[in-house]
Amino acid sequence: MAVYKQTYKDYNGPRTTPWFRFFILSRYSYARLFQSKFLVLFLAVCMFYPLGCAVFIYLSHNIPLLTALRLRSGGMPPVDGQFFNVYCVVQGALAFLLTTLVGPSLVAPDLANGAMSLYLSRPFSRTQYVAGKMTILLLLLSLITWVPGIVLYLIQAGCAGWDWARVHVWLAGSILLGLWVWIVVLSLIALALSAWVKWKIAAGALILAVFFAGAGFGAVINNVTRTHYGAFIDLMQVVRTVWSDLFRDGSRAALSVAEAWAVLGVTCALCLWLLARRVRAFEVVK
Amino acid sequence: MLGPNGAGKSTLILTLLGFYPIARGTARVLGHGIRRHTKQVSALVGYMPENDSFIADMTAVSFVRMMGELSGLPAGPALERAHEVLFYVGLGEARYRKLGTYSVGMKQMVKLAQAIVHGPRLLILDEPTNGLDPSARRRMIRLIRDIRDSSQMHVLLCSHLLRDVEEICEDVLILKQGRIVHYANLARERSVNQRFVEIETSDDHAGLAEALTEIGCRCTAHGSRRLRMLLPDDFDLREIYRVAAKQDLPLRRLNYRRDTLEDIFLAAMEA
Repeated sequence: MAVYKQTYKDYNGPRTTPWFRFFILSRYSYARLFQSKFLVLFLAVCMFYPLGCAVFIYLSHNIPLLTALRLRSGGMPPVDGQFFNVYCVVQGALAFLLTTLVGPSLVAPDLANGAMSLYLSRPFSRTQYVAGKMTILLLLLSLITWVPGIVLYLIQAGCAGWDWARVHVWLAGSILLGLWVWIVVLSLIALALSAWVKWKIAAGALILAVFFAGAGFGAVINNVTRTHYGAFIDLMQVVRTVWSDLFRDGSRAALSVAEAWAVLGVTCALCLWLLARRVRAFEVVK
Repeated sequence: MLGPNGAGKSTLILTLLGFYPIARGTARVLGHGIRRHTKQVSALVGYMPENDSFIADMTAVSFVRMMGELSGLPAGPALERAHEVLFYVGLGEARYRKLGTYSVGMKQMVKLAQAIVHGPRLLILDEPTNGLDPSARRRMIRLIRDIRDSSQMHVLLCSHLLRDVEEICEDVLILKQGRIVHYANLARERSVNQRFVEIETSDDHAGLAEALTEIGCRCTAHGSRRLRMLLPDDFDLREIYRVAAKQDLPLRRLNYRRDTLEDIFLAAMEA
């Protein structure tokens, strides 16, 4: 039919199940995000450290190669909890940077452009919306954190033998739990701040402020009051305390492990509360 | 749905869509209660909001396709429908442009496209002609009428522009301060009002009024030369000319007095 003769036609075709509709948001967001060459480059850079770790693990188990390179196998640091703790700190920092790049553009533009009424007038709930937006960050951050971490564990297990893998299976659990906690906290903070300020640039600045200003203020509070209460608002320190405990590192921290878990829990709860308040089709003015 | 600013038109729509909590009472949309079956209601409804609502860095076709998918269309059919409805609303040539670059009129058309992409059974339009120039307004009204006539879709139009409502709607609901003050079927209202006649004579009409009252008309005088009357059922209009001819009274003008929607609206506001 010629285009100019088109009339409106009803749709009577099949419908999809509502359960997985939140993936639709993720799919469209990835299509937009991966148009950015900078993001792709950054993701590639994020893989350098895991790649270096993989080479290190391979080298530390390859005596002939070490000999050929005139390196002593005894001088290589062991692949243990501390090794993976350092891995978490490095990849965790990169995950934070990736969150500041991607996070602000997820919710803020929808709220600023009034698109929420279009999403929520469909059979699509606020929970599904938040889940869809959060999935974007969870998958991206997983790609540079626990996925390569588990691959490193498997490489080490392959090189050191399955006895090592059996004895050190807790390491795999710690990698999964420690990094999942971090990426959930990062994702929630990014979404909540993005929803709160409704402006991409301000949201990015706020995410940076939460971590860096939090650390700065925390140090000031500690010095002025001569207590450790400032550590409660230093999220980097909080998560490092959790990781040290998970990887049985034994280094001293200002916070107890229970306090660190409590701070992370409260942070997540605050973010969820903020999201529940802001992610609405229309604001109710009383 | 008509009403002055602040009458509660948009609030009612947003409540029906489940955006605002219900303080008390209930409502049903296409047989589904809005308290318990919000999802079923939203699956059947297409909504075109009044305010700017779009995603600036998406192309029109991606945007409409995504909205179709969120309404339950599989990816393939959603893409097909997105192209179809964008051509239908006249944005076929501009469908690969980013929405941020669209004019106000084009954004209104995209909002209409996203509201109909999934083939809803009820289309809710909140001030669809806002910000449109006369030709764009005519095009929008033509599209809405075409949608109304060529599909199973019901249209709920919310506006304070009486002309839009008159051109599109069959029934009118007038709200004032959050309450219904008038409900009317426009066609019936018009047919009733066709029995009103206004006459202007070139001379005093006292005798004419008397004679017309005798044959069943109810007359009221508006000045010495103007007469307004309500005709009885099955009244032949030619009787008026016959009576006037008998009295040798020239009629300068005779016209049906038809209450416009504006009259109905103003009467409802004064009530």
